[in-house]
Amino acid sequence: MELVKPEFGLVFWMTVSFLIVVFILSKFAWGPILSSLKDRETSIEDALNAAKKAKEEVSNMKAENEQLLKQARNERDMMLKEARETKDAIVNEARAKAQVEADRMVSAARESIQNEKMAAITELKNQVATLSIEIAEKVIRQQLASDEKQKALVNDLLKDVKLN
Amino acid sequence: MCPENAKPTFIKMKISKLAKLSLFCFLTISLGTTTFAGELENVSSSASIDSKEGHIKGAQKLNAGELIMEHIADSHDWHLWGHVAIPLPVIVYNPERGVVVFSSARFDHGHKSYAGYRLNEKGKIEAVNETGEVDAHITTLNHSLTAASYDISITKNVMSIFITIAILLMVFISVARAYTNKRRGLAPTGLQNAVEAIVIFMRDDVIKAGIGEKKYEKYVPYLLTLFFFIWINNMLGLIPIFPGGANVTGNISVALVLATLTFIITTISGNKNYWQHIFAMPGVPKGVLVLLTPIEILGVFLRPFVLMIRLFANIAAGHIIALSFFCLIFIFGQESLYGTGGGLGVSPLSIVFTVFMGFLELLVAFLQAYVFTLLSSIYIGAALEEPHHDNHH
Repeated sequence: MELVKPEFGLVFWMTVSFLIVVFILSKFAWGPILSSLKDRETSIEDALNAAKKAKEEVSNMKAENEQLLKQARNERDMMLKEARETKDAIVNEARAKAQVEADRMVSAARESIQNEKMAAITELKNQVATLSIEIAEKVIRQQLASDEKQKALVNDLLKDVKLN
Repeated sequence: MCPENAKPTFIKMKISKLAKLSLFCFLTISLGTTTFAGELENVSSSASIDSKEGHIKGAQKLNAGELIMEHIADSHDWHLWGHVAIPLPVIVYNPERGVVVFSSARFDHGHKSYAGYRLNEKGKIEAVNETGEVDAHITTLNHSLTAASYDISITKNVMSIFITIAILLMVFISVARAYTNKRRGLAPTGLQNAVEAIVIFMRDDVIKAGIGEKKYEKYVPYLLTLFFFIWINNMLGLIPIFPGGANVTGNISVALVLATLTFIITTISGNKNYWQHIFAMPGVPKGVLVLLTPIEILGVFLRPFVLMIRLFANIAAGHIIALSFFCLIFIFGQESLYGTGGGLGVSPLSIVFTVFMGFLELLVAFLQAYVFTLLSSIYIGAALEEPHHDNHH
């Protein structure tokens, strides 16, 4: 029965030393160990979360980049199209303006030609009139060169006059 | 650095470590055989001397039971081999003589009394009437003084507890330093790695599982200390030579203190729900309560009691079995049985069994520490449990 009889001395030393060990270890061993384990666990968790977030962000960014690229491409296409349209418009306008100018120049030329023509005709008329008068003068002079001829004329003219 | 290379070396390391471990076990066990054998010769030779002196008649017959009990009991010196033993300090207090401190070598293995004390045949200290250094055989026992004496000697078990504590402090404080020094936040290495794996296992799968997520943190230091204290003591108990070999956790006093601490913590932690379930189990009719409440109250004390018995009995039994197998050799080797040839014939079988038991005890050493901690956590967890709503119907 010695085996199952607690001994005072051993119980005493066991209690005292075990309590001291619990105290020392909890202060100098379990405290630092457990707190650093916890720190590490949270830091690992944080790192994993951060990695996940970064991955998400990267994929988001990729999508965003693609979107941007697409947008840029569209914009470029639109700009090219616009430029082409502008070019066509400018060319067309220039062409129309040129046409108008040409038409105007042609009509002006035509007008001035007409005017010149008219002026020439008028001058010609005047010339003809002067020439006719000179011819008529010369003819008359010749016709009225003798007295008989003058008398004949007067008679002729007088014949026409009707005395009422 | 590349992981393809790292894996094979790791496995190789594991294998070589395992080989080393098993070699170590084998060596300690065979060493145990030799020291123990030396001791046995000693005992039988002293028995023959005693028989010559006429104190014990026919003591040639080996009393294996007595020898084993003596081996697993506490003692005032630490036997090494042959006639060599480390004397340990004897500290006795009683109101009449005050505190007396002297070396246990003064007792000369029970042959002498010193300062009014002597060792009885069970190795316990008794007060005698004669003070001074006299032959133990002529002293007379002082019953009243013996009853009033408190023996707080540093016995073999106390010394072994101190050694365990030294190991605990060295290992865990150095490991804790690894977490706070310049390696802080880096991956663990060496001893730190091994300790960390066990600490995390105990914290997550034993303590947290037993007590519950919310309140477990307060109890972790006690339970971790408990686990490692029991485990290291168990392992030291498996080593047959000096720093080990003491039957500490297989001693009822040690198991009693540990179980009592768990009992005190459980009782102090107990919330309203816990006590309600003991004294008036909700949802149980009054008539049944008359029967149930005494059982529940008994259970409160029974649980730590069983905790104590389990640890004590398992470890003590391990020591008894290991010693029994060795005793077989000497029982068969007695002149009256088969003589030296018998002993030699049985010894291979004995060694095979002991090696097997050694491995088993390695497992038991861990298992008992684990079970003690697990049950302590579960008891504390039960004391902290909040009422479940589905219980009240």
